[in-house]
Amino acid sequence: MQELRKRAGELLADGTVARVLAWRAGDLPYNPEPAFFETEAELEHLVYDGFCGANLSKLMIEASKLEGKTLVCLKPCDTYSFNQLVKEHRVDREKAYIIGVGCRGKLDIEKIRRQGIRGIEAVEGAELDGPEELTIRTFSGEKKCAYRDAMLERCHVCKGKEHMAYDELLGESRDTKDAERFAEVEAIERMPAKERFAYFQKELSKCIRCNACRNACPACSCRKCVFDSTKFDSEQKANVDSFEEKMFHIIRAFHVAGRCTDCGECSRVCPQGIPLHLFNRKFIKDINTFYGEYQAGTGSDEKAPLTNYTLEDAEPSVVRERG
Amino acid sequence: MSIANESFRPKIVAFCCNWCSYAGADLAGSSRLSYPADVKIIRVPCSCRVNPMFILRAFERGADGVILCGCHPGDCHYTTGNYYTRRRMTLLFSMLDFLGVENGRTRVEWVSAAEGVKFSATMNEFVETIRALGPNVRLGDLRCRS
Amino acid sequence: MYKIEKQNLTALFRKIAEGRDLYLPVESAGQVNFAAWDEEAKVSLDTTKTVKSPKDAFFPQSETLYTCKKEGKKLEVTQEALREKGFVVFGMKACDVRGVEVLDRVFLSEPVDSYYQARREHGVLVALACKEPEESCFCTAFGIDAANPVGADAEKPAGDHTMNQTGADVAVWDIADWLYWKPLTEKGEALTESVRGLLTEAGEEEVLAEQSRIRAVLKRLPYADLSLEGWGGDATKEKFDSPLWETLYRPCLGCGTCTFVCPTCQCYDIKDYRTKDGIQRYRCWDSCMYSDFTLMSAGNNRTTQLQRFRQRFMHKLVYYPANNDGLFSCTGCGRCVEKCPSSLNIVKVIKAFAKEGGARNE
Repeated sequence: MQELRKRAGELLADGTVARVLAWRAGDLPYNPEPAFFETEAELEHLVYDGFCGANLSKLMIEASKLEGKTLVCLKPCDTYSFNQLVKEHRVDREKAYIIGVGCRGKLDIEKIRRQGIRGIEAVEGAELDGPEELTIRTFSGEKKCAYRDAMLERCHVCKGKEHMAYDELLGESRDTKDAERFAEVEAIERMPAKERFAYFQKELSKCIRCNACRNACPACSCRKCVFDSTKFDSEQKANVDSFEEKMFHIIRAFHVAGRCTDCGECSRVCPQGIPLHLFNRKFIKDINTFYGEYQAGTGSDEKAPLTNYTLEDAEPSVVRERG
Repeated sequence: MSIANESFRPKIVAFCCNWCSYAGADLAGSSRLSYPADVKIIRVPCSCRVNPMFILRAFERGADGVILCGCHPGDCHYTTGNYYTRRRMTLLFSMLDFLGVENGRTRVEWVSAAEGVKFSATMNEFVETIRALGPNVRLGDLRCRS
Repeated sequence: MYKIEKQNLTALFRKIAEGRDLYLPVESAGQVNFAAWDEEAKVSLDTTKTVKSPKDAFFPQSETLYTCKKEGKKLEVTQEALREKGFVVFGMKACDVRGVEVLDRVFLSEPVDSYYQARREHGVLVALACKEPEESCFCTAFGIDAANPVGADAEKPAGDHTMNQTGADVAVWDIADWLYWKPLTEKGEALTESVRGLLTEAGEEEVLAEQSRIRAVLKRLPYADLSLEGWGGDATKEKFDSPLWETLYRPCLGCGTCTFVCPTCQCYDIKDYRTKDGIQRYRCWDSCMYSDFTLMSAGNNRTTQLQRFRQRFMHKLVYYPANNDGLFSCTGCGRCVEKCPSSLNIVKVIKAFAKEGGARNE
């Protein structure tokens, strides 16, 4: 963290960048917020630890419109989103100076709470080079929690510790993958249709239409969302009938299909803990099955699966035929 | 099937591309081939005009089955439109199936302007499939039921 | 003061639900929210904070106001029936009770919102003291006592149970194996009477001890010293023009999470839903964070996220108190603190202003 502050300070001082986009220390042990720093003095509040889960690449859309370069700290998974935004001409690569920061998995405070650890006063061991175990001071004494057990879902299926885009690298990354990326999707596919329906009905009925998933999603970068259109009866706010939520989530996932890098922000930000990544991952799995392996955001010039075709593509009836 | 299902008259929305399938439907009509009146045709310029929201909207508003008909792959009036349709619909149908919606309720068929017989046969068969599946409850909106 | 053994709670809920609806914190798909009770419900009274506040019980996220049906040239307009069936909201916290007080001042002042009023008339509030206040709580900053969740009625003269009253009808404490039960209003007495068979008389001592235990916890919360100095109805110009907003708003994603989990946010939108034979006019919660909030035919008077962000906090801490005898429309429940995807929240805003010109986050 000191190193990151120092390097950011240097780049600000020598005029390479006009501002730094990173995380500012929060007022609780686990709530740093994405922030722009414009002076070296401000950098003392810059923080980078396990709670810096927010993917900053989407903020680069706005930063691209500003004068001068922006230094942006991107974790390995964030660089996929960044590349995708560059590919879609939403972010200007020339306006970004990327420090690829190391990552050993990001933490989910809810997972810590779920272990019965409540009244959290301080968390130790969340830093990048910290121990394998978190020490958490609570109102009722000190508690321990394995770092791994507090990781976000997405880190258990990590795409890898390589940065897909960077100007320089800072800090070691560690492998965190310990689960199969499509295991959850496959488990649901194996359920009978009725159970699948009941499962999603229950999950989606929690949806409060807050749009956090959409607004956090780096692939959802439309200037005007179809669900915000007043000229269309797909108004985004009403939580009237379970259909509205289904419609919203199916369409949202569809609109990012082939562009979603599986960064997991949607699930991270959902206030109701809906496993929204399942929708995106289902599309990714189908794309891989039907049209060949494809990972959005690797930086290749390959056409996206839904803006491409081959003469031999599977017919839609394949869905019915596979039973 | 039960008696209830025999008296059930499903509402079917058929999106037909202007150049092939709509003409195919026309030919079915002028050839005096019959298909159920429960099929409501919506003409679209190309099958690829149909975005997934159209299909979900149709279900929301009370459709029990949605079928999308376009030119055979390779015959698209706009050269490649239906290739995109093919990918989109494959993914959409797979997603609906994933969410537990009966996978027989949605279908894509390629019907050329010369295939009046195929059009009529497809519609007859599709209506029977939907009749067997019964009313659409999983994707409908409660407010649209009277 | 009464008490009931916690193992008999299901019997209590069953009894309360006889002829009434009962809403209480229920776990579904891993999250605890207020929901209707039934025999299968996984009731979770140990949860300090439900994801959403219980304001839904009085001001639902979406509700139909009336329906228009067209037959030939005849147009038939049917108003949605007002709430007639009694219901109980069990397990609201002190902050949630204050939330209802804030809503009352909006919906029960002229012109009275009849849908809301009907729900208030038929609803009974059973408030539960916070056994385990959390680090994100800051109700003390608003003078709320989480250990004694009675609401504003505590300050009313005895016997004044007028309808427009605010505050809980029954206060309950969850202490070891017992639930202590104290009726506070006529409505509360009536509810108590209907479940009297399950309750036994109890003394105050345990409750007093529990209250001092809770108050000790409240004192050591990280936000215990949060000060609202400088905020209030007179601060409009100074706060509105502050340059601080320009940095504060920047991580804001413009989602509606804070608004929708908030116990006091009361903005709504009215829309028409077209069904095949008419329209349903409904209202649904709106959020000042959304780009189409207050969009009118003449345009929108807030076009940037900075303006929208500022609106939310100005409303809670300046405009509302200006119109409501200095009462803030924040209750310190801390839901936004926990749920904001960008870890922004009202506390950070208050602190930033407290240190205006200086460094943040110390």
